[in-house]
Amino acid sequence: MEWFLAKIFAKYNYWVFILLMLIGFYGIVAKDNLIKKILGLNIFQTAIFLYFISLGAVKGGTAPIVDEQIVQKGYLYANPLPHVLILTAIVVSVATTAVALSLVIRMYQEYGTIEESEIIEKSAREPLHGVNSKPET
Amino acid sequence: MVSLVEHLPLLIVVLSLLSAITILIAGWIHRRTAWFISLGTLIFQFISSFFILEHVLTRGPIRYRLGGWVPPWGIEYVMDALNSYVLIILLFLALICLLYSKKNIEHELPEKVVSFYTIYQLLITGLCGIIVTGDIFNMYVFIEIASLSAYALIASRGKIALRASFTYLVLGSIGACFFLLGIGFLYAITGSLNMHDLSLLLPPFYKNRVVIAAFAFILVGLSIKMALFPLHTWLPDAHAFAPSEISAMLSGIIIEVATYAFIRVAFSVFTPHFLRLFPILEILSWLAAIAILFGSVLAITQRNLKRMLAYSSVANMGYIILALGLSMSSTTSPWGGLNPALMHILNHALMKGCLFLVAGGFIYKADLWNIDQFYQLGKKMPYTCAAFVIAALSMIGVPPSVGFVSKLYIILASIEARQFFFVAVLLLSSLLNLIYFWRVIETMYMKTQGEEGHGPSSYSKHEIPMGMLIPIWILSSLCILMGIFWLAKIPMPILDRVNLLFGLFQKP
Repeated sequence: MEWFLAKIFAKYNYWVFILLMLIGFYGIVAKDNLIKKILGLNIFQTAIFLYFISLGAVKGGTAPIVDEQIVQKGYLYANPLPHVLILTAIVVSVATTAVALSLVIRMYQEYGTIEESEIIEKSAREPLHGVNSKPET
Repeated sequence: MVSLVEHLPLLIVVLSLLSAITILIAGWIHRRTAWFISLGTLIFQFISSFFILEHVLTRGPIRYRLGGWVPPWGIEYVMDALNSYVLIILLFLALICLLYSKKNIEHELPEKVVSFYTIYQLLITGLCGIIVTGDIFNMYVFIEIASLSAYALIASRGKIALRASFTYLVLGSIGACFFLLGIGFLYAITGSLNMHDLSLLLPPFYKNRVVIAAFAFILVGLSIKMALFPLHTWLPDAHAFAPSEISAMLSGIIIEVATYAFIRVAFSVFTPHFLRLFPILEILSWLAAIAILFGSVLAITQRNLKRMLAYSSVANMGYIILALGLSMSSTTSPWGGLNPALMHILNHALMKGCLFLVAGGFIYKADLWNIDQFYQLGKKMPYTCAAFVIAALSMIGVPPSVGFVSKLYIILASIEARQFFFVAVLLLSSLLNLIYFWRVIETMYMKTQGEEGHGPSSYSKHEIPMGMLIPIWILSSLCILMGIFWLAKIPMPILDRVNLLFGLFQKP
């Protein structure tokens, strides 16, 4: 048992990221409310970001700022590359969330609800043709 | 001239991005300019993609270092035979869809013309970026740019399209996250993100569980993007309710670019040597066989023409993946290596592009969505329907069309791999294709009255405008011409170069 716990705590960052990822995934799959689905998606994405950032961490390392002291005295510093990658990925995730939220707003205007099951029910009943255009005869 | 060509990979991406911004500003002043700016950019991109291909074939791959940073630290754009081939297909179809969209978008989305072309250019930026990049994280960013633009374009019709777009968004984001996680695993074990560098660093770790997990995550993530069965569930609605030119782009090239991304990762980052260690390609080809049958059978049950074509896309992705799965088992023959898969990427873009544009023509003219409303269309819109028939026959596989060539090559490849079950699947799927396309053709030409009892409104001709008819006819005539080119083996040198690149092709 102790051996097992030690094994878990040695790599606790990976366990946290997997747990968060699964929580997010559960939100996406199980929630009917579209906003909650988006929240789930965000947790899912953030879990992967945390994984990347924990990759860059160095035990006892400082922030990766180019400085005389760090170079001369041989201080350890964190790997900055995963941080840069994740800055880009955060931008992507914000953009995804923005598009998703705007879709939800449009759906709310259209159907008056943000519960997915109700939207499916309502959209199944509407006629296909004339979605946006008028017949021209 | 040579030095200019070496800058084209970057220019193609950057110009497209700049033109998106220009369209937004110029369109704000005068909205008619939007289409012309988009057209100018795409024509430039299309022509320069030929220069790139010529350069790659005569002088070898182009490596462009962004900002002068030396790889593996800097981002690198690499053009080789595989990219330049896919790039030409992408830009050709984008150009055709753009020509078509002038009339169609003014009719369908009159208030959103400027934003449509802005996002359209962003979509092209993303797709070009996926193709030209030689850096795996850069590829992830471009995949997301392309996908985000696609979500917005699908939703542009409103109502039911919103739900389709939302489903695609959720699934697509999960797929992209898996891809990112795979990249993270690769980075954790090698510390590099450059594809060429990765392919050199990875071989000692091929048996490592982290590398295997990375490959699995990337495979699943990209399978969502390329709508491989059983991860295709977002596809039918998204294809059916998007504006027709976007359906054509989605089906004809966007899922194929995801396939390209998979080929790039599987063959360039992980080498064929890695693929031989595990039964990855076998599993993929069995999944593809199921996809072919499943897509074809569900296509038969659809009433909505665009949904039917969407399920047919699921089946056609099956063809491409099946050809990909067989790529390692035969190497020396003309149907060996990646040839059939790459052929079908082009052929599917031509056929499905044409079919979706025709379906859009029916919606444009008479708001017809369901197949049982198509009675008398053969008389009302003779040219459009004729183009549909040519493309449909090509899908079924009538010689000498492109569909015939693809199927012939995939069948020959499966015979050489001694996989006779796949031969049976391919022949059966041709039969199923015949059933679902014949149903449409029969209604268009032979039925005089709909099932609901409405009489035909008029027998007079009611053709769609020339601006839409010409792109349709370019595609449908290419369905035949390209088939003859393939049979004459004219574009084969390009494909041979691709196989050489991955060490899949040894000349005897």
